[in-house]
This record gives sequence, C-alpha cells and structure tokens, in this order.
Amino acid sequence: MANLVSSIQFADPYFSVLLLLIIAVGMSVGFVFLSQALGPRKYDRIKYSVYECGVDPFTSASVRVSVKFYLVALLFLLFDLETAFLYPWAVLFRDLGLFGFIEMTIFVGILLVGLVYAWKKGALDWQ
Amino acid sequence: MAPISIDAAALLTSVQSIVPEIIVVATAIFVLLLDLAISEEKKHLLCGMGLLGIGVALFSVYALGQGRIEGFSGMIVHDGMGAFFDVVILSACALTFLMATGYSEWEGTHKGEFYSLILLSTSGMMFMAKGTDLMTVFLGLETLSIPIYVLVGFHRNRMSSLEGALKYFLLGAFASGFLLYGIALIYAVTGTTKIPVLATMLYDPRILASPLFLAGTGLLLVGFAFKVSLVPFHMWTPDAYEGAPTVVTAFMSAAVKAAAFAALIRVLLVALPGMQPVLWKVLWGLAVLTMTVGNLSALVQNNVKRLLAYSSIAHAGYILVGLVSGDVLGGQASLFYLLVYAFMNMGAFGVVMLIAQKEDEGYDIANLAGIGFKYPALGALLTLFLISLGGIPPTAGFVGKFYLFSAAVKNGYIWLAVIGVLNSAASIYYYLRMVVYMYMVTPDVEVAVPRPPRILFSMALCASAVVVVVLGIIPRSVLEIAERSVLSLLM
Amino acid sequence: MVDGILNYLWLVPALPLLGVIVNSVIALFVERPLLLAEEDHGAPSHGPSTRGTSAPMGEGHGASHAAPAYRKLVAFVGPAVVGASFVVSLLAVLALAARPAHDRLFVQVLFPWIQAGTFFAPAAFQLDPLSSVMILVVTGVGFLIHVYSVGYMSHEKAFARYFIYLNLFTFAMLLLVLGSNFLLMFVGWEGVGLCSYLLIGYWYEKKSAADAGKKAFIVNRVGDFGFLVAVFLIFWTFGTVEYTEVFGKIPGLAASGVLTTGIATAITLLLFVGAVGKSAQIPLYVWLPDAMEGPTPVSALIHAATMVTAGVYMVARTNALYLLAPTSMAVVAVVGAATALFSATIGITQNDIKRVLAYSTVSQLGYMFLACGVGAFTAGIFHLMTHAFFKALLFLGSGSVIHALSGEQDMRKMGSLRKHLPITFTTMFIATLAISGIPGLSGFFSKDEILWKSFSSGHGHVGLWLVGTAAAGITAFYMFRLVFLTFFGDSRMEPEVEKHVHESPYSMTVPLMLLAVLSVAGGWIGIPHVLGGYNYFEEWLAPVFAHGAEGAAHGGAHASAALEVLLMAGSVGVALCGIGLAWYLYRVRTEVPKEIADRVPGLYDLVLNKYYVDEIYDVAIVRKIVNGSIWLWEAFDTAFLDGIVNGIAALVKGAGERTRRLQTGVVGNYAFSLLLGAVILVGFLLWS
Repeated sequence: MANLVSSIQFADPYFSVLLLLIIAVGMSVGFVFLSQALGPRKYDRIKYSVYECGVDPFTSASVRVSVKFYLVALLFLLFDLETAFLYPWAVLFRDLGLFGFIEMTIFVGILLVGLVYAWKKGALDWQ
Repeated sequence: MAPISIDAAALLTSVQSIVPEIIVVATAIFVLLLDLAISEEKKHLLCGMGLLGIGVALFSVYALGQGRIEGFSGMIVHDGMGAFFDVVILSACALTFLMATGYSEWEGTHKGEFYSLILLSTSGMMFMAKGTDLMTVFLGLETLSIPIYVLVGFHRNRMSSLEGALKYFLLGAFASGFLLYGIALIYAVTGTTKIPVLATMLYDPRILASPLFLAGTGLLLVGFAFKVSLVPFHMWTPDAYEGAPTVVTAFMSAAVKAAAFAALIRVLLVALPGMQPVLWKVLWGLAVLTMTVGNLSALVQNNVKRLLAYSSIAHAGYILVGLVSGDVLGGQASLFYLLVYAFMNMGAFGVVMLIAQKEDEGYDIANLAGIGFKYPALGALLTLFLISLGGIPPTAGFVGKFYLFSAAVKNGYIWLAVIGVLNSAASIYYYLRMVVYMYMVTPDVEVAVPRPPRILFSMALCASAVVVVVLGIIPRSVLEIAERSVLSLLM
Repeated sequence: MVDGILNYLWLVPALPLLGVIVNSVIALFVERPLLLAEEDHGAPSHGPSTRGTSAPMGEGHGASHAAPAYRKLVAFVGPAVVGASFVVSLLAVLALAARPAHDRLFVQVLFPWIQAGTFFAPAAFQLDPLSSVMILVVTGVGFLIHVYSVGYMSHEKAFARYFIYLNLFTFAMLLLVLGSNFLLMFVGWEGVGLCSYLLIGYWYEKKSAADAGKKAFIVNRVGDFGFLVAVFLIFWTFGTVEYTEVFGKIPGLAASGVLTTGIATAITLLLFVGAVGKSAQIPLYVWLPDAMEGPTPVSALIHAATMVTAGVYMVARTNALYLLAPTSMAVVAVVGAATALFSATIGITQNDIKRVLAYSTVSQLGYMFLACGVGAFTAGIFHLMTHAFFKALLFLGSGSVIHALSGEQDMRKMGSLRKHLPITFTTMFIATLAISGIPGLSGFFSKDEILWKSFSSGHGHVGLWLVGTAAAGITAFYMFRLVFLTFFGDSRMEPEVEKHVHESPYSMTVPLMLLAVLSVAGGWIGIPHVLGGYNYFEEWLAPVFAHGAEGAAHGGAHASAALEVLLMAGSVGVALCGIGLAWYLYRVRTEVPKEIADRVPGLYDLVLNKYYVDEIYDVAIVRKIVNGSIWLWEAFDTAFLDGIVNGIAALVKGAGERTRRLQTGVVGNYAFSLLLGAVILVGFLLWS
C-alpha cells in the first residue's frame, strides 16, 4: 500500500478524478449512514402502506408491464443514440467532407436495415 | 480549422485490411433482409447464402495472405496472426452453419436472425483477433458478445436457455466493465491504447512499477479470462453452455474462445513481454486452477453438454499453458491447439446433437448407451473426437497437447507440464466414460434413435474428423503456419 | 519414360490399402448387419463349420445358395487390388532393371513423417534389387493366394472380414519390405504381426484358434522387443534410421572407431532376436505350428511364403552390419542349421498334414538363416524366393486336400487320393520334388547353393554343411512320406467323407498350376556357373550384397569346381536316399514304421511330442510367469496398486463433487467469484 500512496502526486492530472471519486462515494455512503443514525424509527400500518398521493391504493402495485413498452423503449433508445451520434458529425461536416459523408451514409444505411427489419417484423404495430 | 485531409491510398489500405470482415457483415445484413422477403419453407436459403458469404470471406483471407496490412492508423492490422484466426473463426462459423441446417429444423431456430446474429458475432470475433488497439479489441468483444447473449437465449420457451442467457449477459456486462476499466487505467498511465506503442512504453521501469498500470493489466486479464472462461471467472460457462441451443454452444466453445485467445495472445506477446517475469506466475496459477477445476468438475457430470462445458474450461487451461512462457514456441502450440480444438469440439457437439433427441433431458449420458454398435458411424466419429479431446494418439488432440506441454518443459515450467499431463490423464476418464456408455452399457430402454443427419451436417462431421485425423498424422505444415503467424506478431 | 513408372511406386502398397478400405466399408455396412440379422433369427453363429476344423465344408455340404452381390464384389476387389499391385511392382522392377547396375536404387519420399529434435524419419519407399525380389514375391504369390482364397473361403460367412485382413496383411508386408528406414520396417513388422494374429484367430469362436493367435502374438513380442532396442541402438550410433544413410556411414564410423565390433555385434544380435521371433527359429519357433489353426491360404501366404521370411529379409537388408560382427554371423549360421535339422526331425512323426508342412517351413527358414550366417545372402534370398513358390504350393495343395475331405487333416485317414484329385496330386508332387532338391527344379538350385556356400565360404564350416545335408535328406524323407500317405496306397478315409471327395474348383486349381510352373522354373534364373549356367540372380542382387559376395567369393577361391560338383552329387544322393527310404517304409513294408516306433518307444514319443518343447516352455517359463503374475496380481495389483488407484479415483471424484458444489447456480455467487478472482489477481500483481 505504501507505494500506492507515495505514487500519487498532487500534480497528477488524475488526482482530481480521485478526489471526485472519494467525495462522491463518501457523500452517498455518508448520507445513508446519517439517515440510519439520525432518523427516528416508528413503524405502523400506515407507514408500511404504499404511498399513492394520500389515496388508499386499490390494486396491487406490482403489475406486469406489457412487453410492448420495452420494445418501444428499446427502439427509441436505438434511434436516439443515432441522433446523438449525428450531432457531432453535423458540426464537423464541412471538415470531414466527402469521406465523412460516405461513412455516415453507411452507418445510417445499416441503421435503416434495422428499422426495416423491425418494421417488417411488426415491432412498430401496437397489437 | 483546416479540413481533415483524407489520404486516399491509406484509406484503400485500411479497407483492404478488413475485407473479410466487411464481407461477413454484408452477408449478415443481406441474410437479415432476405429473411423478410422469402417464405417459411425457403428458409434454408438463408443458410446457403450465409455459407456462400463465409466461403467468399475465407477466400478473401486466402487472397490477402499472411502479409502485414495496417489499417485505420494502427487500429487494426491484417497479419499472419489475424489471418490464422480469421480462418479458425470462419471455419467454426461454417461448421455451425452446416450443422444448423438440420438443427434449426428440429428446434425451430430456422430464422433469419439466427444466421445473421451468428455472422455478426463472427465479424466481432474477427475484429477482436485483428485489433491492434485495445479499443478495437473492446469493440470487437462487445460486437461478438451481444449477439451471443441473444443466441444463448434463442430458445425462448426453454427455461434453461433463458436462464443461461440472463446469467451470461449479467456477468458478461460485469466482466466487460472490468476490461474497460483496465483499458482506462492503462491509458491513464501510458497515454495510449495502441498495443505496439504500449510495448515500447514498457521499457520505462517507472511505468512497469506503477500500481495503476499493474491494476489495469490485472483488470484487462480478468476481462479476457472471463471470455475464455478461466477459473475462477468461469462460473457462467456450464449454465450458458447447457442452456444455449447446442449449435450455439458448439459455436461458442470454438469461436468465442479462439477470438478471445487471439486478443489475449496479441496483448501478452506484443504489449506485455516486459511484464512476463511477473505475469507468468499469474498465468501459471490460472492455468493450473483452470485445468484442475475444469477436469474435476467434469468427472462427476452426467449431462453430456455440461460435461463438455467443463471440458472446454479445462481446455482453456491447456491452451493457457502455452502462453505462460510468452515465447514463440508456446504461442505456436496454443494457436495450433485452438485450431484443432475448434474442429474436435464442434465435431463432438455435432454427434451429441444428433443422438440427443431433445434439448435438456436428451443430453443425459445414459442416452448414449448402445449407440456404438447400433450406429457404428456415429459411434466411431464420437469416439474419434473424444479420444482427440483426451489427447490420445494418433489424433490431432494428442499432437496439440504434446506441443503445449513440451513447450512448457522447454521453457523450464516442468511442474506446469506435469500438472497438465496429470490433468489430461484424469480427463481421459470422463471422455472414455462416454465411449464406455456407447459400447459397453446395455440400454435400460430402447437404444435412442439419433436424428438422421442432413448431407451438410454429415459433411461438417466428416470434415472435422478428417482434420482431426490428418493433423494427428501430419501436423507439420499447420504447425509451421502457426509458427509464422506468431512470428508475424513480433516483427 | 520407362523410369517414370518408378514415381508410381507408392501405388504398390496403396492398392492393397484401397482394398482394405473398400472391404471394410462392405463389411461394416453390408456384411455385419446381415450377420447380426442372421444371429437374431437363431441361425448358427458364423465360425468354423460343423466339424470344428480349420477347413470349410466340402462343396457337397455347403448350402448352394447363390452368393449375394456383395460377396462377388469382395471376391473381385480383394484379389484385384493385389493383382494390380503386382502389375505395378513388375513394371517398377523392369524400370529399375533398365537402369545401369550401380544406379539401381530408387527412393521415393512421400512426406516427412516424424521429426523430433535431431530425429527425422520420412515416410519413404526404397526400391532396390533386394526389395524388388520381395515385392514381386509378396504381390505375385499373394495374388495367387488371394484368388485361391475366393474358392477356399466361399462357404465362410465373414467373407469380407477375411479379405480385409488379407489385404491389410499385404499392405503391411509391402510397407515392411519397401520402407526406406528401420522405423517404417518396424511399422510393417508390427502390422504383419497384427494381421497374423487376426488371421490365426479368424475362427475366434474356437478356443484353440484364439489361443494359437495369442501364442503367436506373445512369442513375437519377445522378438519385437529385441528389434526395437536394436533400432534405438542404430539411431544412437548412426544418428539416423534411413537405410542409405546408415549403410553409407558404416565405413566412416568403423574407421573412426565409433562403430566398434562390440556395437555391431550388439545391434546385429538384437536384430536377430527380432528375426528369430518373426521367422520362427530356435528357441521361438513354437508359435508357427500352432498358427496352422488359421485358414490354409493364410498358412500359405503368411506362415510360409511371406511374413515368416521377414526375418531373413531383415538380416539380408542389414548385411553390411552383420559382416562387421563375425560372432553374430556365427550365431545366425548355427541357429539356422540347428533349426533346420531339429524341426526336420519333428516333421517325420507328425500326422497332421499341415503340421508336417509347418515344421518343414521352420526347417527351410533355418536354411535361409544358415545361408545368411555364412555370408551367402544371395543364396538366402534365392531360397526365400523358391521356397515361397513351392511351400505356398504345398500349403495350397494341402488346403485343396482338406477342402476335398470336408476338413480332414489327419494323414492316417487319407490315402489313394491320387485318383480323386489329379491336379492337386500332380502339382503337389512337383513341389515335393522341388523341396527335396531334385536337380532341375527350383529347390535344387537354391538349396544346393546354400550347402555349397556353407562349406566353401570364408564364414562356413564343414559341420554346418553336414547338418544341412542331413536335414536335406530328412526333408526328402518326410515330404515323400506325406505324399505317399496322402495320395498313394489304399483309402483309409471315413466312408462318409469318401462320398464327397471332389477336385477343387478352378479358382483353387489354377493358382496351384501356376505355382507348380514357378516351382519348376523359378530356379532357372540362378543356375550355378559350375553347371554351365549363368547366375542372373546373383548378379541382380550384387549391388546390395557387394560386401557379402566379396567375402563368399574370397572363401570360395580355394575350393575347386570339381569339389562343388562332388558335393552337389552327394546332397542329391542323400535326398534320393531319403526318398527311397520313404518309399520302402510307406509303400513296400508299411508295417515297419509301426515296428520301429514300438522298438524305440522313448525316442519316438520324444519326437512325436516335438521334444516336449512346448511342455518345457510351459513349465520353465509360462508357468513361472503366470504364477508370478498371479502373485503380482493378488499381492501387488489388487491389494496395493488397486488400493492406490481406487483411492486416488475416490479422492478425485470426491474433489469433483466438492468443486461441483461450488457451482450453486445463483448468479450473485458467480459475480462474487468473479469479483473475488479479480481482487486476488490485481492484489497479487500489486504486491509482487
């Protein structure tokens, strides 16, 4: 351990990262412990009940969510990422020139195949 | 800002260096689209197209040869090593396709996704084997892994399949995290992720002593160890192998292992030779642990798929033996063994696949009883593959093990070789146990009726058998190619 | 052009191998299912025919069902591949002969076979005058015997299995004689041993056949051990196992003192141990008579014409080494002469027709070793060739007799067969004349050359000549005894058997006739100079035996041509005496043999029971080994080793159970194991 500590120099650019890590972990762990230590403990029926904006819950909270939601969520994620990748490309479009354009065409083309596939397989139908 | 200039010649070389990969990806996309266009009874076309693509890719590897072609400013390279593993991986993929012709029909996995996922995974493996940048390696790893996760769970109605997929996915993501973190730490210390550059950085003793670098190397190793299922990072293997559709299991055991070992060999031999004085102890320990735990666990298995899963863990240990010394001789032996292993293990899975009527219960060892005499061809093939796995001459498995252990002995790791040989002897027990079941145990009920194999399926089995026998008798030329491949790394 | 045919040399062994493959496929996919199906229907199992002897049923007995198509295919493929191999051999030998004498060596390297360190052995074939003779004998005689087998084995159910073995044998034998190094020879050596074992035990359901197979295999192991050690010694001394390199290095190494007489003696004696086992010489000859349990064509091919002569071939092949070791030469000569005489005397008393021939074979092999031992390698190989012709003929003839008599092998129950089996009789009679050394026939030339060389050669001795001549006389006696008992006199056959006596089919008699021609004419290529002939055979082999010929010629210089003719006349006279005695005892005064046997009961029983050698071996060696191994088995194996092995197995299995329990199936535990492994690994790297 000794050499681990001695090797960390304050001038090291990664020292700040380490600092951030320590503070982040420290705070999250700290707060959990703090609330455990400080909070009063009183348990009764109402405390155990599900919190529904003050209204008594009338069905079980753990219902199965239809798989269709997941499907949509996945597709959204996919095409959202695509857009995220298009942004930096658009910014640098002029510098990248024709090469960048062809590269992005291939990328979008492959994504399009995915879209066609999902479409034909009926992933976009809500039935 | 000035426009980024694109060197057309360099671009062409770059594209050239990944021609086989491009072909595989294009085939995958084509198969996926074709699936949408054709009717249910013509699905075998997909397999045929896939095989065609693999054939073209194999030809392109042959056309590119073993010469060194660097591409994408050192992110990827086509060299002897890359070509060797391209061939191994593509062969495994081709065998999978050949076997899938029958299997998919019985098990209902006859879908476009199945074939294109295997092809996509194959492309990831090839990128991984040819990556000369840790980032390329990581991207290859992810590209290979994600389709495999899906493929393991391809039997949506079988609990074991889903269970295996989920476990593999969760742990795989975990392990990818380790790998990525390791790369990050190495980058933090050296400022590069390029494997050849790393090698030059390691001449600096300060970097070698840096704890961040050591931790990074360790985590990198953990990531690879997970993929090739070294003990204690192997826990997922039996469950995933047992749960996956058997064709996928065969594919995983041969191709994934080859790809991960390819990257590991590249990293160890090119980037980390400077760390060998320390690293050999780790590798030594991992090899011994992997061989021993894998073989011991296989001894008591009654499910053939699970047995072969543990056997594949043990084999990862044998292959690692060749890497402990970090020299050409050992690397060459490991390469040869990976090639042989792909064929003999896929062959064994292929026969077992035919004999087992159904997934899960069909793989009980008792199901093999009486097969040997009733179906002499199947019995003989399985016996051949098993004795090769056990390392009994005159099979390729023997030659492979012989070179692995003799490399260890030549480099002074006598005990490692001794433990390896002992393990190998213990493994013969469970391989021969299957043979005993086939030939000497009278079945309680009727002898299981194997599925009649398709012509393509039989071709796959025969091809594997031929490779196992031929490389067992005249291994020289392939050994020489393996040697040249390893040497191409060090140039 | 002509020479180009040599490039197809590999076809010679490859063709029989093709036969093995084709027949195996047939046996596996056609014959086996058929036999299994028959077994299921309660039909008698395939195996020896009802009389339980080593011969098939006579034609009249056999169910005259039409042979299934696959049997016809086997009957074609089996002989055809060997015939084709003979044609290729013949062409290759002619191509070799077209070369000038000093250039008659052709080595075809197929592929590098084994390379480990400095050890290198290619898979390569070597064609030179010596191996030419061998391949012609093996494929030529082999082809005739394959053809004969088609008829002889026609009533056997496991027809394809028989031809697999026979083809495999031919392949292994060709490997043995064509291989260009000692290792390949060893592979062939073991291969023919295996085939011999399989074929002796062809009727494996009969205990005596299975036992005989085992006996042959085990006795041969003793010899093989010697051979293998010799090969190690050769590699240790010469650093190579290639013939051309080994023999090329001999002068240099001998001059530099590396190759001392001691080493040469050790190598050659060990090689001879191997030869003694394979070629059934004293003291390891005991397996050969028992090997007669196999089908008769097998006895003819393996146990008379080819395999048993492998030892002679090996000694001749290594003649350059033997010539450096006079002691070994003497041992070879004495063992050969002793075996020739010893087994000839046993041959007198045997009543089983095949056993007489078996002892005769042992005796004739003794002659060949006698020749090698006195440096007359050419004469040894010459006799090997002529013996292959007439002994194969004798065996096939006896097979024809046995076939005709529905499996009877006891000569006391034969007689007067001359009328029933004219072709068999004529051909066998020719062979008997040949083996007895009647002038003009093949056996005369080869045997007489051996006797002359054993007298005149520098390595020879008058004692060796005397023993050889005596054995020649005895040979003539017991061979004519066989002929008289079998073909002459009154019929002593069982009435039931006599009804079915018939001449064999053409597939059997045609090979007999061809072999008879060879038995007569085979010797004409080696007529000695003194009889005004020209010894082509000696000239042909001269490049291989350059040293040996020298030694023999050097010794022969002091002997005159007149002496040679005198000795020749003497040996012919002895042979004629033997024949005359046989005629007197078995044709004129047939009661005399019985009287003689009664007058010297001790001696007669001693010889009849083969000098009790088997019994002595049994008491002195086999029992002790068996008892010792029973003790080892009980005390050491069962108690100690099994304890250890079972203990380890239990321990390992227990450990396996424990490691399996680590595999809980809970994904959290898996992740923990992963994490733990990572911590230990990284921790180790950091602290080391």
